[in-house]
Parts: sequence; C-alpha cells; structure tokens
Amino acid sequence: MAREKIQDRINEQSPWQHITEGNKIFEAATSKDFCTGEWRTTTPIWESEKCKQCLLCTPVCPDSSIPVITGKRAEFDYEHCKGCGICAKVCPFGAISMREGK
Amino acid sequence: MAIRERLSGNEAVAYAIKQVNPDVMPAFPITPSTEIPQYVANYIANGEIDTEFIHVESEHSAMSATIGATAAGARAITATSSCGMALMWEELYVAASNRLPIVLALVNRALSGPININADHSDSMGARDSGWIQIYAESNQEVYDNFIQAFPIAEDKRVHLPVMVCQDGFITSHGVENILLAEDAAVKKFVGEYDPEHYLLNASEKMAIGPYAVSNYYMETKRAQRQAMINAREVILEVAARFEKMTGRKYGFFETYQMEDAEYAVVIIGSAAGTCKAAIDEIRSITGKKVGLIKIRVFRPFPEEELAEALSKVKAVAIMDRSEMFAATSGPLGAEVRAALYQARITAEVVNYFYGLGGRDITVSDFKTVYKNLETIAETHIVTDMYEYIGLRREQTEEV
Repeated sequence: MAREKIQDRINEQSPWQHITEGNKIFEAATSKDFCTGEWRTTTPIWESEKCKQCLLCTPVCPDSSIPVITGKRAEFDYEHCKGCGICAKVCPFGAISMREGK
Repeated sequence: MAIRERLSGNEAVAYAIKQVNPDVMPAFPITPSTEIPQYVANYIANGEIDTEFIHVESEHSAMSATIGATAAGARAITATSSCGMALMWEELYVAASNRLPIVLALVNRALSGPININADHSDSMGARDSGWIQIYAESNQEVYDNFIQAFPIAEDKRVHLPVMVCQDGFITSHGVENILLAEDAAVKKFVGEYDPEHYLLNASEKMAIGPYAVSNYYMETKRAQRQAMINAREVILEVAARFEKMTGRKYGFFETYQMEDAEYAVVIIGSAAGTCKAAIDEIRSITGKKVGLIKIRVFRPFPEEELAEALSKVKAVAIMDRSEMFAATSGPLGAEVRAALYQARITAEVVNYFYGLGGRDITVSDFKTVYKNLETIAETHIVTDMYEYIGLRREQTEEV
C-alpha cells in the first residue's frame, strides 16, 4: 500500500491554522518525501556495460541514491540524487560520467 | 495553611522548584542566579527531590539540554542571568518556535559591557522578541508566586510557550524578605502532573521536532506562534484567578497603585516599584497630590489595550526603563507604552526616563523629582528632557 505522504495533509497551500504546533512531524523517514533531485545541476550517467559491480559507488553516495538489489547496483534514484559527482570520482572503471543539467 | 518564612528571591525560587520537583534541570552558574541551581543541587543531594540535574559546560548547552529534555517529554527548567542568557540566544528562539513549555528563572543583571554584575533589565529586554512569555516581580513573594504560575501557563494546550520568570539581581535575588509559602501538596496540585500529548520518547508515536521550514511554511508557522502568545493573555489571567483561590494573592498583567484618581503616573517594571510606592505614600500624605503607579508584571504578551485604559485619565506619565536600547530615543518599555497610548488616542504628556542601569540606586527622592517634573510638564506642556537618565552625574554647566 502506498505510504500516505505528509504533504497530502500539510502542503504549501495549507492555511496557518493547519500547520502543526511548532512544525512537529508525526511520522518517520519523511526525508524520502523531499525530492532533493530537483537541486541537481549536473547528472551522473551510469554505463552498465563498463560497470564491474564493484559497489564502490554505493557507500560514498551522501543521499543513498544508488540502490543495490540482490547484490548488484541498479539505476540511480534521480528523485533524490543531488548530482554531487562523488560516485563518478570514485568509480575505477569510468562507468559513471557527469552530464551538465538535470 | 500558608507557611511563614523569610527567604531571599533565589531561595524562594529554589524552594518553588523543590515543591514542583521538575524532571530535569540543566544549569550553568552565573552571578546572581548561581544560588538557584546550587540550592536545587542540595535538595537533590539530600534526597528531597529526584530532579535530574545536568552539569553542562555553558549556558548554550544548558538551554539546549533543557530543550532536548522538554522535547523528550520531561518537565524541564533552568536558571540564568545576563551574559548567561545571551549565550542561550539561539536556543531561546528555538525553544519558543518549537513550542516547548520550559520555565526559566531569570535573575536580571546588566549585559556586558562594561562588565557589571548588578541589576538592570538589558538581558531580558534584549530577549523580548524571542517568543518567550515574560513575567516580572517586585518582591520575593511575587517571584515565588510567578514561578509557580509559570508552569500551568506554559503547559496549557492553548499556549505551549516557554516562560521567563524575571527578578532583579541582588535586590530581590539576595535580599531576604518575609514570605508566605504555599504548602507542598497545594503547589503540587496547582501545577499538576506534567503529561505531554506529544513527546519524542513516546514509543507508540513516531515524531520529529524542529524541522527546516522553507519560506512557504515559515510565515504560517510564525502566525501560529503569534496565536499562542495571543492565547497566553487569557491563560495568564485564568491561572492568576486559580492562584488567588489558593493563596488569596491577586495578579494580573500589571498592578495599579493609587491609580483611581491619579493625575501623574509612573510606569515601571520590577523591584523599583516598591521605592516608587513609598514616594507615592509620602507625596499623597504630605501634599495630597494625585500620584500613582503602574507596575508591569507581564511584558510578553504586552497588555497594550489594558495599559492604555489604565492611563486614559492621567495628565502626565513617566515611563521608566531599566535598560537602554540605543535607539537614541526611547527605551523598550517607553516605546511600547507610547505606542499603546497613541493607538488609543490618549494625549497625556509623556516622558521616558532611564534609571538603575547596572544597579544604580533609585531613591524615594528621585521618584519625588519625577512626579514634580510630571506636574510641571502637565502645566506647561513643555517637555525639557524627554529621555533623561535619572541619577546621572553631570557638569553643572550642562544645559538640560
């Protein structure tokens, strides 16, 4: 079942009377709802044929935007990737390059 | 039955803390409030209360730990003075905007510089915009009474704001006076058990406190915070009424003294009100001149309409500030009372004097001079020195 997002209840159109007292948030892990991918000015591109699945990129990602599924990295989570480029620097095989723009 | 005692203001606050037995008290010593955590530490060491005392390394940490403890679900308090509170600056705003019902015992002392340990209101007046409720006292009895009332005010669901209970450094904090204490059981019943609805240590409710609020949320958040301060007005009066039932002592936003027929009024905060009352008694008994006093108890929220109403019939008012704000015009109390008078279209003559900075004495004779000035101003409609420093040494040649 899809998780109810906090912005379904309080959003940028909410009147002041609806804001929770002191902005208290009554759920956990709400950072998933914050699409930091919008901040990106450069975008990492993963070339899967060059990738050896060494998984050096995953732990250095500050935003947990390189998902690992059954021991193998998958496509970037562009909803949250801020485009910092650390993964591209750390990749020993040139499998990640940075492209200008989103 | 009330207990007759003689206590200093600091002892009175510490005794109230013992009666309330809060969960947590992080504190750092600073003159003249040091005795408060010192007495509380004694109570804890003697096994009289089970408050968790946190020895922090600064006031920045004291307020941070108080915020953390309150957010976690504890009833938490702290005490400080002057530069100690200045070091809490950032956290004062966080405590208020996070809507945490903290009670802070503030023993008013001048802010540096020049460094000075004596009473004035520059510390709390500097924090007047931080979102804290501010309650001031004239006497040790009032400090004790205000401190107990602070808990049900702060913790009321309509409010949920921190409260600063202020008293004048050394004058009341170290001066010993006769005092009536309520019995332990009565105080415990008055403040009640602290039972927060939402708190971080509640395992059955996921919760976060103090998130980042972008500009789309900030103004709505501030407006909601403003509403809490507006609501505090009725809550402060309700709590005062309940307190009167318990003790017989009556409190409001301010005290009026001989104001029924007053033509010349002083508006003041804190212990100097006692000196002013002595001057009023003397003037009225000797000359029959109609002099009176308004002593502000609650400065935040500011009782604008009530003050204007109380001053609506006087000919001249002296608003007395115990701190500078370097507007090169008014002090903080002067600016706000004058705004209240203007808004109510009250045209009494007004002066705004500064007194008692850094602990400078103010005497009965000083207040007599103030009332004499008011009489002259009301008669001539000429204000010669709008922003006078009372008790300032000057060259005789200086033009006033």
